[in-house]
Amino acid sequence: MVNLAVNIGSLKLKNPIITASGTFGYGYEYEDFFDISRLGGIVVKATTAEPRDGNPYPRLAETPSGMINAVGLQNKGVNYFVSEIYNKLEKIDTNIIANVSGSTVESCVEVARKMNELDHIAAIELNISCPNVKEGGMAFGTSVKESYRITASIRNVCSKPLIIKLSPNVTNIAEIAMSVESAGADAISLVNTFLAMAIDAEKQKPILSTITGGLSGPAIKPIALRMVWQVHKAVSIPIIGLGGIMNATDAVEFMLAGATAVQVGTANFINPAVTMDILKGLEDYATRHMIENISELTGALQL
Amino acid sequence: MKQIVDLTIIDTVKIGDAYSIIRCTSKDILPEMKPGQFASLKIENNPKVFLRRPFSIHDYDKTENTVAFLIKIVGEGSRTLTELKRGDTVNAVLPLGNSFHFDAKGKSLIVGGGCGIAPIYFLAKCMKEINADFDIIIGGRTCNDLLCLDNLSTLSTTFCATEDGSKGSKGFVTDIPALSNNLSQYGKIHCCGPEGMMKAIAKTAVANNVFCEASLENTMACGIGVCLCCVTKTVHGNECVCSKGPIFNVKELAW
Ligand SMILES: Cc1cc2nc3c(=O)[nH]c(=O)nc-3n(C[C@H](O)[C@H](O)[C@H](O)COP(=O)(O)OP(=O)(O)OC[C@H]3O[C@@H](n4cnc5c(N)ncnc54)[C@H](O)[C@@H]3O)c2cc1C
Ligand SMILES: Cc1cc2nc3c(=O)[nH]c(=O)nc-3n(C[C@H](O)[C@H](O)[C@H](O)COP(=O)(O)O)c2cc1C
Ligand code: FES
Repeated sequence: MVNLAVNIGSLKLKNPIITASGTFGYGYEYEDFFDISRLGGIVVKATTAEPRDGNPYPRLAETPSGMINAVGLQNKGVNYFVSEIYNKLEKIDTNIIANVSGSTVESCVEVARKMNELDHIAAIELNISCPNVKEGGMAFGTSVKESYRITASIRNVCSKPLIIKLSPNVTNIAEIAMSVESAGADAISLVNTFLAMAIDAEKQKPILSTITGGLSGPAIKPIALRMVWQVHKAVSIPIIGLGGIMNATDAVEFMLAGATAVQVGTANFINPAVTMDILKGLEDYATRHMIENISELTGALQL
Repeated sequence: MKQIVDLTIIDTVKIGDAYSIIRCTSKDILPEMKPGQFASLKIENNPKVFLRRPFSIHDYDKTENTVAFLIKIVGEGSRTLTELKRGDTVNAVLPLGNSFHFDAKGKSLIVGGGCGIAPIYFLAKCMKEINADFDIIIGGRTCNDLLCLDNLSTLSTTFCATEDGSKGSKGFVTDIPALSNNLSQYGKIHCCGPEGMMKAIAKTAVANNVFCEASLENTMACGIGVCLCCVTKTVHGNECVCSKGPIFNVKELAW
């Protein structure tokens, strides 16, 4: 029997498989396909202080081994989340992680404060990396100073484990990681999507209404892996690795590079039950390599 | 309940150069499907295709445990599907989305254009089963786009229009008298086809105060309402076509 449990600071996960924000709804959308309480955790869709209608259609461009999205944080706002959605999440027997987003520090603080009061929210993931909002969003995540400032502000109102989700759209990811660590983050998740673009050559027009959007899927995996490795060498807080994970081997690679847990995003669209395949594959891998505790894999890359 | 199923191809029938109907079964009992719903099909063995592709349920036979799709070849995904052979498998997530709000009260009109005829056939079959009174109109660019005309004609009175006049009346479906000047005989209109066609129908329907619903075809990633990529503008803001639709009352749409 492999022990699949891992700890992200004080947050205990029954296994390292978490679903990524914006790709798994609120979890219950997947209940028809498998028992979602078997997941290590679910990061729910981004919540902002005010309702947001998101960007105009088209919001999606398929690209080789990936997709570019320009959703723009569409959600009904934190008050709606608290009154209409939260009670449905209380029934889910796994870690529910809130994804807090916004265009100003104040609005993120407001969302984090309200999320912090909800018992069944196990942790807060602060999204300082959304490439799809005009102001704020990714801007926080691309500046050492700004990422420190927003992390420290959220830390003040957040007694739950605080995970900062980093943007890969930077020249030095380790620098940002160290800055949020020193501002009090309990963990780091990376990466969010890469700023990207798709063009319809026949029409000579951009495919997305916003011209640029965020690239996800296997196309980004090698870069995400490199960033997890660099951050692992730079900080001592736990890392949640993501970016293009499609199967158990991908998940193992992220753990070897330094991740304590992983998130699965775009792959859920291709196979709604992919996380259960990954979980099974992870267990098989551990058995094959005579690993008793899956946590032994973290940073175990042999050089 | 939505399911992930491996479908086995029973046969594929080519209709002209551009369309194919693929009929499938499964070793397990297929979930109940309603007209207007769709399936999200996985495209295997084609590295150019990453995401699943949505296709309407063209036919579903509970006793035979079969489901069929009518596929127009427009790109890599649709082409790969139509190249599948008897015995091949295709992975599907189904059934997805809402369904047509049909009933046997009064007289209804069903309108399909191009590959929008796909869900129309299943709808007409189900309406026939409940002894509903309805007319069918289908349209296309040429007679090659008037899919399933023979099958539809066995279900009810079927009018057709082609833009080049190669079959039926020359012009658009909206030029057919049933739609252009006799619309108030109908209690409900159900339509699926190119957006321009549906907008024109919606306009006359609203002007004549007739209930009208349209099936939309936005590009999709997840098909189950989580990615928020497939939205259409409605009077309630952006709504997902895959989960709140694909069938919308045209009065709700910001057309
Ligand atoms: C709910 C729903 C039901 C559908 N039912 C059917 C059906 O029963 N039969 C059928 O043939 N098709 C149907 N479609 C459309 C079908 O999904 C697309 O044609 C298919 O995804 C194209 O994939 P591809 O890889 O062949 O082409 P791609 O390479 O993805 O695209 C080729 C070209 O077609 C255009 N295109 C792609 N998707 C669409 C679309 N949805 N509408 C208009 N243009 C598009 C692209 O912009 C591009 O120019 C449906 C779509 C939806 C959302
Ligand atoms: C459609 C879509 C919506 C997303 N929405 C969010 C979001 O609301 N908040 C967030 O932090 N990340 C969001 N992301 C980013 C993912 O959580 C993830 O970081 C990214 O997709 C990379 O992982 P992947 O390649 O496994 O998908 C979204 C991604 C996609 C594809
Ligand atoms: S396709 Fe993902 S929400 Fe509709």
